[in-house]
Amino acid sequence: MSVQRQDWSLHRKGSIDQQRHKEKIREAIKKNLADIVSEENIIMSDGKKQIRVPIRSLDQYRFRFDPGRQTRSGQGNGKSKVGDVIAQDPQQGQGPGKGKGDAGQDPGAEYYEAEVSVDELATLIFEDLSLPNLEEKRQAEMETETIRFTDVRKKGPMGNLDKKRTILENLKRNAAQGDPTFHDIKNDDLRFKVWEPTIRYESNAVVLAMMDVSGSMGEFEKYIARSFYFWMVRFLRTKYTNVKIVFISHHTEAKEVTEDEFFHRGESGGTQVSSAYELALQIIKERYNPADWNIYPFHFSDGDNLPWDNDRCVQLVEELMKLCNIFGYGEIREAHYRSPSTLMSSFSKITNKKFVAVTIGDKREVYPALRKFFSTRGDEVPSAP
Amino acid sequence: MIDKEMEQLEHNIGRAWDLALKMGLDPFPVEFEVVPASIMYEFGSYGLPGRFSHWTRGKAYYRMKMSYDFGLSKIYELVINTNPSYAFLLENNSVLENTFVAAHVFGHTDFFKHNAYFAHTARNMIDRVSASADRIRQYEFEHGRLEVERFLDAVLAIEEHVDYYTHIKPKDEADQPAKPAETEYDDIWKLDREYRQQQAMARRPASRKFPKEPVKDFLLFFAEHAPNLEPWQRDILLIVREEMLYFVPQMQTKIMNEGHASIAHSRIMREMDLSGEDFVNFATLHTGVLSPSRTSLNPYYLGYTIWQDIEKRWDNPTEEERRMGRQPGQGWAKVLEVRETENDVSFLRNYLTEDLVKELDLYLYRKEGDEWVIVEKDWRKVRDGIVASMTNFGYPYLVIDDADYRRNSELYIKHLFEGQEMDLNYAEKTLAYVYQIWGRPVHLETVFDERRVLLSFDGEKNTRQVLDDDDEEEDN
Repeated sequence: MSVQRQDWSLHRKGSIDQQRHKEKIREAIKKNLADIVSEENIIMSDGKKQIRVPIRSLDQYRFRFDPGRQTRSGQGNGKSKVGDVIAQDPQQGQGPGKGKGDAGQDPGAEYYEAEVSVDELATLIFEDLSLPNLEEKRQAEMETETIRFTDVRKKGPMGNLDKKRTILENLKRNAAQGDPTFHDIKNDDLRFKVWEPTIRYESNAVVLAMMDVSGSMGEFEKYIARSFYFWMVRFLRTKYTNVKIVFISHHTEAKEVTEDEFFHRGESGGTQVSSAYELALQIIKERYNPADWNIYPFHFSDGDNLPWDNDRCVQLVEELMKLCNIFGYGEIREAHYRSPSTLMSSFSKITNKKFVAVTIGDKREVYPALRKFFSTRGDEVPSAP
Repeated sequence: MIDKEMEQLEHNIGRAWDLALKMGLDPFPVEFEVVPASIMYEFGSYGLPGRFSHWTRGKAYYRMKMSYDFGLSKIYELVINTNPSYAFLLENNSVLENTFVAAHVFGHTDFFKHNAYFAHTARNMIDRVSASADRIRQYEFEHGRLEVERFLDAVLAIEEHVDYYTHIKPKDEADQPAKPAETEYDDIWKLDREYRQQQAMARRPASRKFPKEPVKDFLLFFAEHAPNLEPWQRDILLIVREEMLYFVPQMQTKIMNEGHASIAHSRIMREMDLSGEDFVNFATLHTGVLSPSRTSLNPYYLGYTIWQDIEKRWDNPTEEERRMGRQPGQGWAKVLEVRETENDVSFLRNYLTEDLVKELDLYLYRKEGDEWVIVEKDWRKVRDGIVASMTNFGYPYLVIDDADYRRNSELYIKHLFEGQEMDLNYAEKTLAYVYQIWGRPVHLETVFDERRVLLSFDGEKNTRQVLDDDDEEEDN
């Protein structure tokens, strides 16, 4: 019989396998991005860092009894009788005998929920995407800070120790004394790397995010546009430090709004799309000289425009495309009435390869739309659907 | 835990050991080790220290540790069935808590040593799982981590399907002691006899059925007969099987074992000369461990109550029992006898009496709509319901009925239906794993909504069909 205590501080098996489980979650998320991108509790998470994502493929399947049809046993307080209700609503993971997060009670409603951060998700979604058609512009306003190691010195913080040089110095000194082996490090041998911050210049980009907030945009349409822009904003802010974004919302009139207003305010009234394009042109003229800026206008609408306004829109889009790298138009229509809208059919006349249009009829189509807009395409011709 | 506390704990554990012997227990000696919570939870999620790696264990570990970190649950004790046994204590538990745990542990190691179902478990299991883990790591080097993981995913999905009574076999003729030699030419005559036996075997029409008898041990059967597996894959099947067989007795005796350990801790702690404050703390711990639940049976509480009842009834027999020959004062002896011979199923069937079912207010319940409703209070039906739910430790009893189904090396699995329906969605997903191991189409026959159903997976898609009774005639 003995009682012992050991040092377990280097023991990592549990954490290593836990890491593998996390990797599996990432893989599963990647496979299910189309579903996850428009997942409501993410889009509506409003700054929450951690979100729960349902993942079906990580269940540990086995031959088991149907939990919903199984008879179980329990223990009362002495007064139980047939017909007493002892638990309710098992879908919340509160099912008897099972822990939270474990399989629920209803077949079909069973999944494993993983906890991930929004940033992590954004990285997964945008792993191989970038801003299309970036051009070198005259004035390099956008700057990123990088670190370059420029010198080697004898003093410095240990974290910057240059091990290779230190060993060489030690060998040199020992060899001078007739014993060319690595031993007996003296302060004199230590070498440190020294770095300087340097500034790299990159091309500028501004995104003009336009959205229809008129009465004809229903809950669904707004939600889709919102999830698209949610990820677009995340994407731009993670990949490029100094991308500028201008939010323009419009109904019959357009105005520049804050990000918060853009996503949270709804208005009513008719739609005159040209107002947004005009405002975009004006903003470009005043603030973003195309000689200095890469400009990306994106517009989301349900396609219900005042009929006499369509020609004007086409004209304005042509004008915008002279100034911009790409023009994105997304039309959101629920699948059951997907007849070509007036605006979309007017746009179909546009042959310029800078024009990209998509129709989104379902939550799952947000992710392909993102990929379409943000794939690096160089000179490749984008095709309208 | 500071050094002074360690000394105190060591002293207490020595005292608890003496008291355990005094009350008539005969436990394996125990090596205690005080560990941080992360290690405790790791061992808890892996079942044994040093066991092979797999992401499902990492998942379990994460979940257990989270709920500990949030203060939702706490493992008090972990004891390994080996000789000597190993037990782990949490380093930030108080001396009293750890003494309590040690007393409980002695009950477990006594049970490990004496219960018949543990007689065949490998008492050097920690070494064996480490050796197996080494081999699996080697396979990862040789065949790639993902390849090994993918195979383990499949094997672990069916790990419960082993035959835990394989050690009980009809005596083979080969095992019979050889007859004493009658003449010095016996060995020559024997050659002749063996030859004739072989001839006779060859003349018999070969049975078309394979396997001849339904097989419960999926893992062993696949290791021996799955046509396309590599040697390392067969080894993994056998490793998982060996570890499962090691754990089965613990799954089969949960109620008895925890009850027995609870009896041990309560008696030992009562004789420990605790201070008033410590005694109150002990009583709180004891009540915490033995608290009943409306939605499940607490094995500690149920076991503890039955053991106490057995002792009482054999100490003070009724008039009738006396007439039948039961001597008074045999309570503890009876307890020790029962702990040697029964498992949970027989324990409940023999000793969960009408009085106990009523006293404990046990019931059966099931889902009706969105609610879980009590459906049975009749003591016999409640007892039988509990026993039924423990048969095959709570998993559907499946056998491989035919490994050459349709003369096409397809696998036909039968669910020996006993009233509880299987989760068909899960079954279909699991069939895909069986396919992965067997390498040919797989079928599972079960009963759902009072109809015989055949689930199949052919490598690409799942199908379901209802079997009518004509098929059965044909099969037979």
